Amino acid sequence: MNPQLAKTLINGLLLGATVIALFPLLWMLSVSFMPAGGASALPPPLLPAHPTMDNYRELFVHAGMGRYLLNSLLVSSAITVLSLTFNLMAGYAFAKLRFAGREQLFQALIGALVIPAQVAMLPLFLLLKYIGLVNSYAGVIVPGMATVFGIFLVRQYARGIPDELLEAARIDGAGEWRIFGQIVLPLLKPIMVTLAIFTFLAAWNDFMWPLIVLTGQEHYTLPIGLASLAREHSQDSELMMAGSVITVLPVLLLFLAMQRYYLEGLLLGSVKG
Amino acid sequence: MNAQRAAWLFLAPALLVLGVFFLVPVIAALVLSLTDYDLYALANIHNLRFVALQNYWALLQRPLFWSALGHTVYFVAVGVPLSMGASLGAALLLNSPLARCKPFFRTALFAPVVTTVVATAVIWRYLFNTKYGWMNYVLGGLGIHPVDWLGDPHWAMPTIIAFAVWKNFGYNMIIFLAGLQAIPPDLYEAARIDGASAWRQFRHITWPLLGPTMLMVGILTVSGYFQLFAEPYVMTEGGPLQSTTSVLYLMYDEGFKWWNLGSASAVAFLLFVIMFGVTVLMLKLSRRGHHADGEPA
Repeated sequence: MNPQLAKTLINGLLLGATVIALFPLLWMLSVSFMPAGGASALPPPLLPAHPTMDNYRELFVHAGMGRYLLNSLLVSSAITVLSLTFNLMAGYAFAKLRFAGREQLFQALIGALVIPAQVAMLPLFLLLKYIGLVNSYAGVIVPGMATVFGIFLVRQYARGIPDELLEAARIDGAGEWRIFGQIVLPLLKPIMVTLAIFTFLAAWNDFMWPLIVLTGQEHYTLPIGLASLAREHSQDSELMMAGSVITVLPVLLLFLAMQRYYLEGLLLGSVKG
Repeated sequence: MNAQRAAWLFLAPALLVLGVFFLVPVIAALVLSLTDYDLYALANIHNLRFVALQNYWALLQRPLFWSALGHTVYFVAVGVPLSMGASLGAALLLNSPLARCKPFFRTALFAPVVTTVVATAVIWRYLFNTKYGWMNYVLGGLGIHPVDWLGDPHWAMPTIIAFAVWKNFGYNMIIFLAGLQAIPPDLYEAARIDGASAWRQFRHITWPLLGPTMLMVGILTVSGYFQLFAEPYVMTEGGPLQSTTSVLYLMYDEGFKWWNLGSASAVAFLLFVIMFGVTVLMLKLSRRGHHADGEPA
């Protein structure tokens, strides 16, 4: 094929795919500024004729969106901090500390990945009901406090830490906690950032478990709140688009700011061994 | 001795969380699926009876279970190839030396992946609106009559599949892109010198060398697509005429709408067994395919 033609074709296809990928998101943003009923016209308008913030005002003042936003921030941050701590500790132990049954235990954890999380959800609901955590922030947070994926990711990374470094510290009389805090953690910083973004995004976007465990509006996270609004206001497209913007924008911005770390983690997690 | 104790202290929090909130519930789910746990047992545990395999037996005789399984298999069988095809296509385009502004295209194509399913599903509901949606407007321009995308039982699942492909293809695109970049360029160089066409280069270099990546991506995507839930929950509520009710949707309804937790656990376990079976089958087939193919010529 003629190279000039090939070049035009390839870049044209990429441009077309990009339009398909971004159009729904840009359209959402545009419609969110249209007055009620503004998007229900033919031909479907691309830009608001009279941009307005009414939808956002309505969502924050009357629909409790501010509350959902805070709930999402709280729950996702808590899950991120707690699971990061526990996964770092466990991943490091699997990589660098010697104990009986280490390999077998790790293999068992990896094996558990084939079990879909939903299998555990019904008894988990009963368990949390029994301890009184149904319809609370803790009910959403607690099952997410450690993940096999996170432990795996940290272990892969921590295996690169030279043993001599740790041995030297031990000979100098440093305790295991001090070694972890002062030597290991600084070396694990890149993977910490990666795992933190991954966990935060996953927690923010999580739907099924929060839907099950949160039975009252006051604890709803954004996806649950938005899904319930969408059932009530199925005709108010402008309002729902504003709700979608509020839900999507924080994670989209976080991704854009940190995409290098995110994509790195994606590849680390998928290339086994 | 001391090192052993330290190791277990480091492991304790994570193992405790995974044990109490995952391992124990999974085992409990198996037990639960053998009981008639329902609203009465929820009120008073003495109403609980052991029913052995009755839940499973009853499910296998329920048309709703089979139709939910059918819809899920439809979603997987059509959605996974389309999804992976889109990922591979995008990765090949991005990997081409002729492509420009690669970082921009890569980020843009990946953006749908990080968005919230619920929010983007809401967007698609309006894009595929019968009267004012863009989809019908564009098709109308081509002379095609409006389609009731989410209200017609024949079109609801294809619409959900299209949404899933749009939402997810960027993820595997990144993995394929890494796989493509790992192929040594001199292989293509040698093939070009031998006069191999672009298609033959793809068929005899790219495709075989991408095999292991393809298998891994395939297995992960299949198991992800079997877990279809949020999309129909938001876009169609399982309808119209239950045409988008998936296995997990059935589990959710059975468990948290009707509180038949015993029967819902049986649904969850059946899904697990099916997913496991499909994974094993894919591994077996790929191994056999590998032997049949022999050495790449």
